[in-house]
Amino acid sequence: MMHIIMPGLQTLVQDSGRDGYYALGMPPAGALDQRSYTLGNMLVGNDPRAAGLEFAFMGPAIQFQSDTVIAVTGAEVTVLIDGEPQPMWASVPVKNGQTLSFGPMTRGSRGYIAVRGGVDVPKLSGSRSTYQTVQFGGHMGRALKPGDVLPIGTQIHSDDGHGDRIRELDPKYLPSLDASADLAVVTGLCNYRFTPESVQLFFESDFTVSHEANRTGYRLIGPALEFVERDVPFGAGSDPSNVVNLGYPLGSIQIPSGNEPICLLRDAVTGGGYVTFGTIISTDLDALAQLKTPDTVTFTSVSVTEAHAKRRHAHNELAQIAKSLKYPWVFGVERKETA
Amino acid sequence: MTDMYRQLSGGGGGRLSFGGDEFIFVELSEEMRIQQALTIQTLARTLTAMNLPGVTDVCPSHASYMIRYIPERVNLPELLATLQGVHEEIVTGRPATINTRIVDVPVYYNDPWTREALMKFRDRHQDPGSTDIEYAARVNGFESIDELIAAHTRHPFLVTFMNFVPGNAESVQLVPRELQIEVPKYKSPRTETPSRAVGHGGAFTNIYPSAGAGGVQLLGRTPINVVDMTQTRADFRERPVLFPAGTLISFRAISEAEYFDIRAAVDADEYRVRVADIEFSVGKHLEDWETYNDELLEALR
Repeated sequence: MMHIIMPGLQTLVQDSGRDGYYALGMPPAGALDQRSYTLGNMLVGNDPRAAGLEFAFMGPAIQFQSDTVIAVTGAEVTVLIDGEPQPMWASVPVKNGQTLSFGPMTRGSRGYIAVRGGVDVPKLSGSRSTYQTVQFGGHMGRALKPGDVLPIGTQIHSDDGHGDRIRELDPKYLPSLDASADLAVVTGLCNYRFTPESVQLFFESDFTVSHEANRTGYRLIGPALEFVERDVPFGAGSDPSNVVNLGYPLGSIQIPSGNEPICLLRDAVTGGGYVTFGTIISTDLDALAQLKTPDTVTFTSVSVTEAHAKRRHAHNELAQIAKSLKYPWVFGVERKETA
Repeated sequence: MTDMYRQLSGGGGGRLSFGGDEFIFVELSEEMRIQQALTIQTLARTLTAMNLPGVTDVCPSHASYMIRYIPERVNLPELLATLQGVHEEIVTGRPATINTRIVDVPVYYNDPWTREALMKFRDRHQDPGSTDIEYAARVNGFESIDELIAAHTRHPFLVTFMNFVPGNAESVQLVPRELQIEVPKYKSPRTETPSRAVGHGGAFTNIYPSAGAGGVQLLGRTPINVVDMTQTRADFRERPVLFPAGTLISFRAISEAEYFDIRAAVDADEYRVRVADIEFSVGKHLEDWETYNDELLEALR
């Protein structure tokens, strides 16, 4: 059992997400920085889809009511057990009665706590992730509160014979957590609505992360973009940035009125009536999720072939890490087909 | 960026592009057309039924559709070839038949809860002196809100897109464009909408599954639930939402007393939504929509 003494600013049960419900209007939810979340599970020998905790900016204080092993990954933060500093990116044994707490977060914005066995909340529609918008999944569909008690499960990797070994990530695999990120974008969707000059301007500009940056999306501040003239299509709405409501891919960038692009993350609405410019590739969403106001973002245009090459590169690196940690990684098990 | 779009041939349009590394997006045109929406529903049903390996989601929308796939489990050129084949076949093929359901939705139009909510946001409205339903009636040339209600309940709607939050279904009335009720959205969205509010924006009616923000004109409120993601209530055992895309909705005006009766029965999980299985023939709709709508409504009698 994990007893929540202090919840931090916003601590949520998250996992690899709830795939296959886009057509019903439900986004996947799940850990925003999937790479850090996955590495946490590797470090404690969990199933790669085991549920952990995601905390934003300020970590929780948690008393453990059994002996276990944890790992903290993601944003750079001081990890304390009964007040003693502990390493991040490593498995750390915790004894019954000990308390995990956190010092200030120095870089990045989201931390992850993996606990051996995973957080045992009910699995709803194939996932334990919290989708706060409709209070669904996770622990009672909401962020943790003082006094909450979370059971620890048995979501241990079935082929992991090294569960009790101390694992530590080679520092060369640490995320950059820089205050600026260059993100790869596949253009398409409603990109034709923008003038060629505006498309060029988008890729040449620095954008600043605004205060509106949360699990549903990141609103960025940058130059105003212009639209191509048109006759308003039936059903679209009169603003040049309005379109007949359409689907928003995870990671897509919508630009209401041509100002302040919004990058849609894992709790975003699945569709709507604003023009979409293109889509940030999935492996670059991890870096975006570690930014905060007033960090900066630039974008680089890539083809879908390049996007898939980058994805393969990221997966190959995870496979290398798994090997170095003696973790029985099975390629692709982190996603489930549900359609 | 020159190869950002691929044009699918076969008439009827189809502009394909990639949504990052996991999504394929196909837009048939930039405008809403009923026949095109029916084609998209047929396409989505066909693609879903094919159970394509590595494809996790097939999402039809009003004038476009979207597919999500796992790149590691898909041969992309093969998937694109399959998609192109199905797309062209259905876009150029004979009008299809859609196996679906028609659902009876009782609505308390001009109800006190949506009125209370909307009165808080008159400063965000085009016409602060009217309520939403009065405004919707007037801009559509109806003499009274009763005329608007009569038009809204006269012909069934087709759900063409689920989005926003789980269970929210945007639907279009199965009537020619000149008869469709059309009304602008709020100038700036409300931060508050009662759950189960029935709204209309552009040419689309939706029912807000839960309380929250919203930008369309509020016409009334239904006593029935439209979503149960935990699937514990009787009407939701087979599917977590009442109106998946392709479902027909028939709105029915009810009184305040009926609203309270139905709501009490819903709360006790004793109310059963009136539903009929139907085969929707796109061809019959195109031939004589008016007679065919009456035939479809008969299924609920």
